[in-house]
Amino acid sequence: MTNIHPAPKIAVRELRKSFGRKRVLNGLDLDCDSGESLVIIGGSGTGKSVLIKCILGLLSPEEGSIRIDGIETVGLRRAARERLLQKFGMLFQGSALFDSLPVWENVAFGLVQGRGMERQTAKEIALAKLAAVGLGPEVGELRPAELSGGMQKRVALARAIAAEPEIIFFDEPTTGLDPIMADVINNLIVKCVREVGTTAVSITHDLVSARKIADRIAMLHQGRIIWHGPTAEIDRSGNPYVDQFINGRAEGPIQMEIRAA
Amino acid sequence: MVRFLAAIGAAFLGFLAAAGRLVSFAGLALATAPTPPFYFRTILREMVNIGYFSLPVVGLTAIFTGMVLALQSYTGFSRFSAEGAVATVVVLSVTRELGPVISALMVAGRVGAAMAAEIGTMRVTDQIDALTTLSTDPLRYLVLPRLLAGIITLPMLVVIADIIGVFGGYLVGVYKLGFNPQAYLNGTWQRLETTDVVSGLVKAAVFGFIIALMGCYHGYYSRGGAQGVGQATTYAVVSASILILVVDYLITAAFFGR
Repeated sequence: MTNIHPAPKIAVRELRKSFGRKRVLNGLDLDCDSGESLVIIGGSGTGKSVLIKCILGLLSPEEGSIRIDGIETVGLRRAARERLLQKFGMLFQGSALFDSLPVWENVAFGLVQGRGMERQTAKEIALAKLAAVGLGPEVGELRPAELSGGMQKRVALARAIAAEPEIIFFDEPTTGLDPIMADVINNLIVKCVREVGTTAVSITHDLVSARKIADRIAMLHQGRIIWHGPTAEIDRSGNPYVDQFINGRAEGPIQMEIRAA
Repeated sequence: MVRFLAAIGAAFLGFLAAAGRLVSFAGLALATAPTPPFYFRTILREMVNIGYFSLPVVGLTAIFTGMVLALQSYTGFSRFSAEGAVATVVVLSVTRELGPVISALMVAGRVGAAMAAEIGTMRVTDQIDALTTLSTDPLRYLVLPRLLAGIITLPMLVVIADIIGVFGGYLVGVYKLGFNPQAYLNGTWQRLETTDVVSGLVKAAVFGFIIALMGCYHGYYSRGGAQGVGQATTYAVVSASILILVVDYLITAAFFGR
């Protein structure tokens, strides 16, 4: 990928990560500009979640460089990593809410534990963020297990935006939701990203969601970005891999690994 | 033959790697202790979990252990006309050995398994990764409070188990075996030394650390969904139980070995 901009918000170069003998990321290059909403698409097991976990520092790559605001983050020590993480918000695929805490404490967690904010102030912010994702204050006192999947996703979104991070990662934000709830989540993501001017990196299989939330789409295949471009151009990418993926065809250059039982 | 030796070598290397991971895990968690933030509320909550909620099971096992001990030593010692030593044997066995070991094994089954299940579930549902992304060190937030609570609470629990165990021996000695109550209590106190109690409490603190460490470690590195969490709880209980017995011998040798 050509580096057009002098200082992208996120710049990944030659990233390599393996699990045992399986190489998941194989010299991956990726840029994301400040305020941009980038969606990474690709088949299951192509390393989309691994890429995000490497950027967040949850996994350590074997080789390569990840720069945030021009600063190298691979190999950061723990304290520096904790400071860096204050720039990030993350919406996990399964929401990953803390089931031992009520909803409002989930949303306020990063403010209280990560930033040392006073609990009452953090609670007010948490309730405001819950309202921003369409949930009333009564929901704040419930436990995550008492919520539906769609509500849990909205709480997770409120938690991701609570500290108003500079960069938010969305891991399969609409997976497992009905089409209407998926569209509600898409709208909330667009609203959060556009209103606050946050940089957003999302990974998804859901092309409807991708078209709605992305400024730019990148396709990951066999550990590399094989195509990227503005959302409007994805239908005329001229890339057979992208065409097969967005049209959901079993026939094409992408061969699914299916083992006989 | 070469294959056989290679298999032994691989198993030994695997054991060393696992031991190294465990020591590094404990070291990294303990290294977070001197610097803020401090999670005192979590430590207190874990102390209540480990101590208060274990009282019924520890109390029951302690009283029956004391009772059986009195009965067994009486029938054994009567062969040498040494029945008078029953009270001393009960108090020494309970304070030095059975109080700490049996309490620790009970707590390992109850609390170690629960810790592994809770942290393991957090691992497989990405809650531990979520903690990290919210600028919270999981070792500081999840592991250290449990280790400290284990170290602080087990000795308290063992003091109570010691008292109940000795009381169990007293009940059998006085009401079943016909000892004079005053003579039984004299036999209990006169031979008891500070080292007997202190060695038991040192053991308890170490056992508390082992139980919490194995619960947290196996939970923290669990993977593979519900099956992985189930496996983690089994490993936590089995490894803690074995380590408790091994370390029990080492501490006993350090205090009383010649």
